[in-house]
Amino acid sequence: MFCLIPLTHNFKYLFYTIMSKKTGFLSSSIGKKFLMGLTGLFLVSFLVIHVTLNSFIFFNDGGVSYNAGADFMAHNPVIRILEIGLFAGLLLHIFQALLLTMENRKARPTPYEVVNGGANSSWYSRSMGILGSLLLLFLVVHLSNFWVPTKIAVFNHTEHNTFAGMKEVFAQWYFVVIYLVGVISLLYHLLHGFQSAFQSLGLNHKKYTPLIKKTGIWFSIIVCALFAAMPITMFLGIIK
Amino acid sequence: MSHGNMNLTLKVWKQKNKDTKGRFETYDAKGISPDMSFLEMFDVVNEQLISSGKEPIAFDHDCREGICGMCSMYINGRPHGPKDGITTCQLHMRSFKNGDTIVVEPWRSAAFPVIKDLAVDRSSFDRIMSAGGFVSVNTGNAKDANNILIPKDDADTAFDAAACIGCGACVAACKNSSAMLFVSAKVSQLSLLPQGKIEKQDRVLNMVKQMDEEGFGNCTNTGACEAECPKSISLENIARMNREYLGASFTQNKA
Ligand code: HEM
Ligand code: SF4
Ligand code: FES
Repeated sequence: MFCLIPLTHNFKYLFYTIMSKKTGFLSSSIGKKFLMGLTGLFLVSFLVIHVTLNSFIFFNDGGVSYNAGADFMAHNPVIRILEIGLFAGLLLHIFQALLLTMENRKARPTPYEVVNGGANSSWYSRSMGILGSLLLLFLVVHLSNFWVPTKIAVFNHTEHNTFAGMKEVFAQWYFVVIYLVGVISLLYHLLHGFQSAFQSLGLNHKKYTPLIKKTGIWFSIIVCALFAAMPITMFLGIIK
Repeated sequence: MSHGNMNLTLKVWKQKNKDTKGRFETYDAKGISPDMSFLEMFDVVNEQLISSGKEPIAFDHDCREGICGMCSMYINGRPHGPKDGITTCQLHMRSFKNGDTIVVEPWRSAAFPVIKDLAVDRSSFDRIMSAGGFVSVNTGNAKDANNILIPKDDADTAFDAAACIGCGACVAACKNSSAMLFVSAKVSQLSLLPQGKIEKQDRVLNMVKQMDEEGFGNCTNTGACEAECPKSISLENIARMNREYLGASFTQNKA
């Protein structure tokens, strides 16, 4: 009991170091970017799992392997806990993005008449807020297509064939279009975001930064190509 | 008009002071030699304005050789105009064509209020420097420079960072008006050297705090600053400042 008092005191001090409204790490511009980078990379790690599992549909076995994987994910307690973390991370990422974007608008009250941004930076690095917003819109559609029906099935203890649900959604051309727009937004968000996150975390190194940049580009392209192939192959009836 | 001289149209931001609204004003620049610098072209236009009883265009300048950082002009959508790695005073009129319309604006940032026309108040940079951009040493005779040995690579990296002239083009170029390149260059040039290491933690904490208070935006790593910096200050400095800030925030032994 007695040893708990200094412990809580220490936590209070640490909490203050991080969260204090005036002097806390997270109230500073660098701290906010740090959180942005951390949550961004956390979401990237989720993408790895998501794209791997979904790629089971390419076995083209009528969804047997895919459904087995999806079923495991839907019921495994560890995954359930991680899912809460994922939503928390996503919300934090979106909240920070909003905060940063609003502050950055305020930092230039009078806009320039002529801006030649292409001369010094890529369009997508300047459009992370818009690309992220497109992603958010996409996520609303995406979650209502798959996450909500799965949750309802788990809640009611009924059988749920996620693969069949996927085929149903991707039989409609407009869903295919929405998913492709979502995937392209993700591609460009990641093309900048992947390497940007490392820079925000202070990880810049003569040897490793070129490697991080190349990995980021290939990661974005491969993940997005795989995601894009899912609605397309299902719509075209290649995946049965 | 001698051979090769140009006639140009200037669209220049005119603003009486920071409390009034500005607007664009159009001027003719006639008979401009391609060998003139951009500032000399402004001198010619101002001479003509003065002799016809009109108010000249206010702009900042001092050394006119690329070392003081005063000549802040946002030219056709880029700080210091269309060429990389130079200041406005080093930009020559041969970079433009006869008949061109050139739009010239001041640095635009909440932290750089307009003093008049193209001249902006960059004292926010001075306040960031006062907050920590120094080393505390006793004055007196200069010590022998070789008393403290410094690895060549560290000296070079510090020197590259110290090349920053505080012009503010990084802020002007950044879509977020972030001052991270400037502040990180100043943090790095000191913290890389033994004399600066002693106050490293306080320095980065205080300078970043001041930077945030001045109303600069947050860095999103677009890299526009590095591309537009007349001294090619590297983004590596920003990453260095980020890690130093993280380290100092969590390990500084103060309540
Ligand atoms: C759901 C809506 C989303 C919004 C509104 C959003 C918005 C943003 C914004 C504004 C930035 C900051 C721009 C920058 O630092 O350059 C950013 C950075 C980033 N985002 Fe997102 N994003 C979203 C979703 C995602 C997702 C799903 C992922 C990954 C799978 C992701 C990964 C990243 C990464 C890695 C960064 C870089 C972090 C950094 O630069 O420090 N974002 N996001
Ligand atoms: S970092 Fe470059 S652009 Fe920024 S103030 Fe220094 S010299 Fe100017
Ligand atoms: S006037 Fe000194 S750098 Fe241009």
